[in-house]
Amino acid sequence: MAEITYREAIAVGIAQEMARDPLVVLIGEDVGASGGVFKATAGLFDQFGPRRVCDTPISEQAILGAAMGAAMTGLRPIAEIMFGDFLSVCHDMVANQIAKARYMTAGQLHVPLVIRFGNGGGLRFGAQHSQSVESWLMAVPGLKVVVPSTAADVIGLMAAAVRDPDPVMVLEEKVLYPLKGEVPDGEHVDELGVAVVRRPGRDATVVALGTMVHRALAAADLLSADGIEIEVVDLRSLVPLDVTTVGRSVMKTAHLFTVEENPRLCGWGAELASIVADEYFSELDGPIRRITSPHIPLPAADALEDATIPSIERVVEEVRKGLD
Amino acid sequence: MTDGLLVGPSKIIMTGPDLETQLEMYKNQVRVRYFEKKVYNLFLQGLVRGTTHLGAGQEAVSAGVSAALRPDDYVFATYRGHAAVIMRGASMSAVLGEMLGRANGLMGGKGGSMHLTDSEHYFMGCYAIVGAHLTIANGAAWSAVYRGTDQVAVAFFGDGATNIGAFHEALNLAAVWKLPVVFVCENNLYQEYTPIQSVTAVAHPAADRASAYGLEPVLVDGNDADAVFAAATRAVDRARSGDGPSLVEALTYRHGGHSRADPGKYRPDEEVKAWLERDPIPMYRSRLESLGVAAEQLVSIETAADEEVELGTEEALAAPLAGPATIWDHVFADGASWRR
Repeated sequence: MAEITYREAIAVGIAQEMARDPLVVLIGEDVGASGGVFKATAGLFDQFGPRRVCDTPISEQAILGAAMGAAMTGLRPIAEIMFGDFLSVCHDMVANQIAKARYMTAGQLHVPLVIRFGNGGGLRFGAQHSQSVESWLMAVPGLKVVVPSTAADVIGLMAAAVRDPDPVMVLEEKVLYPLKGEVPDGEHVDELGVAVVRRPGRDATVVALGTMVHRALAAADLLSADGIEIEVVDLRSLVPLDVTTVGRSVMKTAHLFTVEENPRLCGWGAELASIVADEYFSELDGPIRRITSPHIPLPAADALEDATIPSIERVVEEVRKGLD
Repeated sequence: MTDGLLVGPSKIIMTGPDLETQLEMYKNQVRVRYFEKKVYNLFLQGLVRGTTHLGAGQEAVSAGVSAALRPDDYVFATYRGHAAVIMRGASMSAVLGEMLGRANGLMGGKGGSMHLTDSEHYFMGCYAIVGAHLTIANGAAWSAVYRGTDQVAVAFFGDGATNIGAFHEALNLAAVWKLPVVFVCENNLYQEYTPIQSVTAVAHPAADRASAYGLEPVLVDGNDADAVFAAATRAVDRARSGDGPSLVEALTYRHGGHSRADPGKYRPDEEVKAWLERDPIPMYRSRLESLGVAAEQLVSIETAADEEVELGTEEALAAPLAGPATIWDHVFADGASWRR
């Protein structure tokens, strides 16, 4: 077991797959010699060279088009879109082309690629470099969507994504890049679509994703001091969605909360709440409550951003209120 | 030397096709023309569902390019892609079946008229979002280089695509990476209902942009399959030998409107008349006759094409409708399940 940062885990995970499979290539802006704007791909250019680690112009459509065409014809590309916000300039490639190719061609074409990008707020970058875009992607049939919350999950889910036969969006939580965590020795491959109980508890199920998992865990410590034991479920994957693990937890606790960084409307928690209300209604002892960012663009200033994204204190408060 | 190269590098020798290739190109143009007429009739009968974009009048472009390709070269086309897919080898009954919502359709009814795909023949799809596939063709070309297969990728697109961002992103990346890709602009003078000249800053929407990407301007008579063949052969050779992409603009004209909803009334009568007089198929037939091809041989090509269309139509109409249970297939490799 080594301890590395979430940031380092990205390069470790990609290197593991590039070393395993010569058809894996990495493409994106500044991913090469410079190691990426977040230094998440540092060292890969030196290790694998310019043939496999390819810098591109600032042309997000061209990046994803190249990745798609390569994936359709035998390669296993990993494409970096620097910030999730920039998916909006190549959304045609994501939503119309990559996601639908297998379906529209009745399986003649398939697009086994990974699109990875920095996601979410916390760095005071303002509304065009901080959005949590997971719900945009979850709404498009044909895409798989994963959000690792730990260094080990970065490696394991990246490996699973690269090996998956379908397009997988890997959302890297920017604010977690410096976070250290233990990672297994040797090859590490996880599974898409499996949620993990990070902390067991009896009083309420709190489902969170990415950065919010850590806030939910911190909230659990504070609540525990008051005798409230919440069970924190790290969803890890929105598509496939692990309803089974969430349902099992709700059967134990009878209360469900979601903690979502995304703006309120149509957040992933709304879908999860709908499913649980539908399928586990009789298990619930109270309304399902969603703790989300309000439905506003993310502001830049420290005080404003902090007032927007769910905080540890807000999670504590809302859970306490919800259980009253 | 072929006369149809209107603008191009002055020093190049344009290699004309041999007679066998010319006969093949004639056959392909006739097959597609008859096919398009059939689609039009089936549409009038209410049998072609959704929309459809006919390419009658533009057949020489696909014929010339297809003849210049190896069977394993990748082709990407537009929603006006019947010619491209049929000339790469797709069966007419499967193409028609797709438009008629039949189980025998190329994609079993999943894609429809605008997304015809036949990967078995390296026909990597018709794309209905203007310009997108130019970037995807780059990826196929990049992959071919990476895998060392010597394959070339071709992307057909309309004049309208030259004003969308993806065109420019694709051209730049292809040039920077020296990708083996041939971009073929079928300039039929109209982006949907609007004259391309009225919305474009330059006279030749593709050729005049070539220099911006370090490429030679190539403008060719798109109603002359021989001229298209010569320009395409040069571009394909260049791509295959590692010299990078080419951008070829072929001037042509669609005989009908943009899509099934469009009678094309916005086009001046004199313009339509002039282009109908330059219909690529009778012109090419005359050329073959002047080259000494016997009339019986041409008639037999035409008869065979007619029979192929009729047979394909019968097969498609006899095929069962696409089955609703198939909607759950192919969202993901393992079906449609988004939950565990």
